[in-house]
Parts: sequence; structure tokens; C-alpha cells
Amino acid sequence: MTDADIRKAFLEELTQVAPDIEPDDVGDDDHLQDDLELDSMDFLNLVTALHQRLGVDIPESEYPKIATLALAVVYLKGRIS
Amino acid sequence: MTWPTIPKDNATRSAANLTDAVRAQFNWEDARDMLDGLPNGGLNIAHEALDRHVTAGHGDQVAIRWISKDGDRQDLTYAGLCADAARFANVLSEHGLKPGARVYSLLGRVPELYAAALGTLKAGMTFTPLFAAFGPEPIKSRMEIGEGNVLVTTESLYRKKVAGWRNDIGSLKLVLILSDGPMPENCVALRPAMDAAEDRFETAQTKDDDIALIHFTSGTTGKPKGAVHVHGAVVAHAATGRFALDLKPGDIYWCTADPGWVTGTSYGIIAPLVNRVTMIVDEAEFDLDRWYGILQDEAVQVWYTAPTAIRMLMRAGKDAAKPYDFSNLRFLASVGEPLNPEGVVWSRDVFGKPFHDNWWQTETGGIMIANTPEMDIQPGSMGKPLPGIEAGIVNTENGAVRECKPGEIGELALRPGWPSMMRAYLNEQARYDKCFVGGWYLSGDLAMRDKDGYFWFVGRADDLIKSSGHLIGPFEVESALIEHDAIAEAAVIGLPDETAGEVVTAYVALNPGFEPSEALERDIRGLARKRLGAAVAPREIIFRKQLPKTRSGKIMRRLLKARELGLPEGDISTLEADEK
Repeated sequence: MTDADIRKAFLEELTQVAPDIEPDDVGDDDHLQDDLELDSMDFLNLVTALHQRLGVDIPESEYPKIATLALAVVYLKGRIS
Repeated sequence: MTWPTIPKDNATRSAANLTDAVRAQFNWEDARDMLDGLPNGGLNIAHEALDRHVTAGHGDQVAIRWISKDGDRQDLTYAGLCADAARFANVLSEHGLKPGARVYSLLGRVPELYAAALGTLKAGMTFTPLFAAFGPEPIKSRMEIGEGNVLVTTESLYRKKVAGWRNDIGSLKLVLILSDGPMPENCVALRPAMDAAEDRFETAQTKDDDIALIHFTSGTTGKPKGAVHVHGAVVAHAATGRFALDLKPGDIYWCTADPGWVTGTSYGIIAPLVNRVTMIVDEAEFDLDRWYGILQDEAVQVWYTAPTAIRMLMRAGKDAAKPYDFSNLRFLASVGEPLNPEGVVWSRDVFGKPFHDNWWQTETGGIMIANTPEMDIQPGSMGKPLPGIEAGIVNTENGAVRECKPGEIGELALRPGWPSMMRAYLNEQARYDKCFVGGWYLSGDLAMRDKDGYFWFVGRADDLIKSSGHLIGPFEVESALIEHDAIAEAAVIGLPDETAGEVVTAYVALNPGFEPSEALERDIRGLARKRLGAAVAPREIIFRKQLPKTRSGKIMRRLLKARELGLPEGDISTLEADEK
């Protein structure tokens, strides 16, 4: 998957969990919880959705690595390959 | 399965603040001796939390160790926090606000929140904390009901959640903004105002029955209720902090609850400061390694948290905790919803100490039933009533109250008269009166007392939803949903969830011309999240052609839930229009 594919997948799953967010409004460095106001249950739902979509199992200790769109793309790319 | 009792050894029993001897002698009159009172008589929460410790020579002790999202630490001493509270009180007073004025906070866990809460109380005004993750509607309705005069918030929260309706709240005179950036119109910058204010303020001569706090709580029907609490509640905060949380002066204590909810105020501000501990305040949200790191690095001794967080730690497995040293932990307590026995046993394995579940609610103002340090724990039980608290399990039939036998399920009830009992639902006398029947306060929780006197939570007697420890009223959620063009009617229930306890789920019937679709489901959830905030909005929307209703047109939430869970449908004699 290219960076663009991962980015698209992440944004789709994010806005499925939190449909109040418009994909175009998500900045690369927006913090999912502090800026986009996901709560911890949203976060867990996003982790589950990413697992289903990309086959990547994200352990609890690595949640900070998907805290922003930019971080998540780098992290997920590393995990997929 | 039944879980084995977790016994306590003699050393633990005798080191506890609440020994059998203390319990036997306890009465609320004597409990006042834990406090100083105002120099000229009267009682004020802020004085007990701050001023008296400074006067007694403890001004240099750290009151709050604040950890920013970035991990920076800032220590506020008792003297420093006392001065900041005085500055905040002076800011209010300079803007012409008088005792009795209503001050709301809408802030994350930042140091100014604590100064605002205590400064408000010092000034004899009423403090109401709001949860910063609320959407605009819950914020607005709570400001309206409470006729708020002052709001303390940040520039970003103001812009996103308040600016759009600010002018609709006629009572709102002053908006104080915490920001380094440009100030929105008609707002006052908080930090410069505090810096310019005097650091001394003569504490208002409040008395036991003067209003101190209004905490909003959800109702099954109608609007949220403002539970009114008085300065006299501080007697219960002092005693329950000492007995149920085993707080000792100088302890390092961490309450993870947000002050936007009652736990975060009673046990995240008042009880710990009154008991002169050092509080850890973490600005960030739950994060596995951050939390384990704080417990270790800050040498936390007493920790008060919630089942949802405990279950998130459990999900990560015991190995995730292995690198950390928790040897400073002395007492662990949990509240918000029942802690499952697995969590109690798990915590003993991981931390070397079991969690002690306790029970109380917004209306009780403080902990009522608890597993205390000297008690053997029955995992899954909420414990026994604290000294000074008489609790019962009752059934009400035709207005008469009957106490249940051991093992029988009924409504958890308390004998009125403890100091932190709510004194009113704001402007809702009838709803308040309904809580008191036959000499009992009825909690709305179903429970059972076993033959040994331990209380066990069974469920809610009404349709309120407990999600991640937050009490959510279905009516408030339904009201937001039916504002969506597509929705004709909505019923909101809580469905069981491994981590959150329950998740908010909405059943909706659509208006003519609308068809169920994934896009519509998302659109509805999106609107609900914008209005209500993530903590309150439904996580799932389920489409129905028609919702089950009684003859009088009331939607039967209970029936939807029973069907969803495959439980008996109960009495459906009033069912007129069934679900389709």
C-alpha cells in the first residue's frame, strides 16, 4: 500500500467512527483526542476498525503511535510491510 | 462463579484510618472536629481545603503536582493555590459578582480549574463544573437551567461550543477565557486578570446550609437535574476521604476522574485538599504507559480510578505492567460503575493490592458504601455502608416502603441526613420530593444485601445509561436525535460492553421519504456527536419501521433492551403499537 492508500483508509475508518469529522478538516498533526475530540471508546473502535481493514493488530502500548494522521501513516506503513 | 474473599491481615487493618473502634464510635457531630471552621464561625469548603493548612504552617507542601499533556511538571503549593484561589475570587468580585452568583467551568484538567473552583467557593459563589467533552447542547442546557452568571473556559472550547449561543443566556454576565492568543469579543482574559488581582481575599462567611456546588445529573425524562450541594458537605468530604480512601496528610494521591463530573470535584478537588494530601493531576487522557509511568514515577500511594480505565489496563495484559514498580501504592479504589470481580483479582496480581469498589452518586455528594482498607473484600461487591450512613434495600408498593430480606433484590436506599446529601434539584421541587419516600432516599439503583451485610449492585431501576462511568439520560440523547430531518422517533438504551460497561445505542424510526442506509446512519451519528459530544452521543443507530409504544404513546425502552439481550419481556400489557 502507498502512503496515499493508508491515509485514505485511516481517514475513512476515522470518519466512520466519528462521522462528525470531515476528512478534509483533519490536519496531519491534529491529535485524535485533543483536537478531534475522540474519546477513549472511539479510539478503541478505531483500533478495531483498522485491524479489520488493514490486518494490523495495534497493541495498547503503541496507541500513541497513531495519535495523529501523520504518525499513523508512518506507523501503519511499517506494520503492513 | 463465586470468587474467593480477599482477606486483610492485621497489619493492614490496624494501619487503616477506619478501624473497628473508630467505626463503632463515629458520629457526624464529632466528624466536624476534622475541620477548623471559619474564624468567626461558619463553614467554607475553600477555607478547609486551603487556608487553614497555610495558617497551620503547611503552605510549602505541594497541593497539586500538575502534569501537562507534554509531560512537563508544575508544582502548586498550598500557599500558591490559596493565593490563586484568592486572585480568582478577586477577579469575580471586581466584575461586580456577589455571593450566590453561579460560576461554571468548562475546562480540561489545568491548574486554573482548581483555582476557579476554590476561588468561587471562597467568594461564597456557586461552582458548577461541566465536562469539556460535552457538545454545545448539554453545555447550553446546563447553563440555562442553572442560570449561570460566569463561564470560565478556553478560547478553543468557547469558539467551538459556546460562541454560537452565548447571547441566548441572559444571565451570563462574564466569560473568562484561558488563552495566550486573541480574545473573542466580550470575553475577559483570565490569566492577566488573575495576575493583576490581589492574592488575598477574605473568605465569605458561609454557613453549613449555604449553596456551594451544583452538579448536573441526567434524568430518564425531562431535562438534566441540577443537584444542589452546600458548604456543610465538606464534613462528609473530610470523613469519607479519610475513611473510604484512607487519605493521610502528605500522601501522594491520584484521582483520575475529570472535575467535570462529581467524582472529580468531591474526590479530585475537595476531599484530598481537605485531608492535606498532594494530588497528582494529569492533563492527558488515558494512556497505558503514561498511567503506569505516573504511578511509578510520582510514587502514588492512594489511587482512585474507574472500571473502564481498569478494564483498558487489563486488555493490555499483565506483561505490560511488568516493567513498572508499584511498591508505593497503599490503597486502590474504584467508582463509577460496579467493578467486575475479575478486575479486583487482576489488580491484586498486578499491583500487589486489590481495588476497593465503592458506591455513591451525584445526589449523595460523597461515598456512601465502600470496601474500606480494614474490610475483607468480596470481589464484585460495593462493600458496606460507611460509618454515619444507614443503607437499606427496599421495595415500594403503593407508597409504602418495605425493607427487603438478605439476598432479596430491591432499590438501594439511604436514611437522609448525612452532610453531603443534595438539598434540592434546582427549581424542581417535585422531582426532588419523589426521591424521598417513607423516610428513605431512593437511589434508583437496584441492589442486594447479603447475609454478611455486603451490598451488591444489580442494575438501574430506570432507563438511565452508565457508559464509561458517566450517567447518560436517554431523553437528552433522543431530543437531539429527533432534530434530524430523517427521524420521526427515537429510543435510546444502553447495551452491555466489555470495556465501557454500556454503550449508548439508538433505535430510530424514519419520517416518510427517508430510507435506512449506511450514509444516513453516519449522518445521524455525526449530527448527534456534534451536538452532544462523543461521550453522550450514540455509538450505533438501529433503524426500525416503528418503535414499541404504550397506549399513552410512551416508547418502551425497556422492551427494546430486553429483546436485544434476549431477556424476558416482562409486563407488556400496556403495549399498544409493537416494534416493526
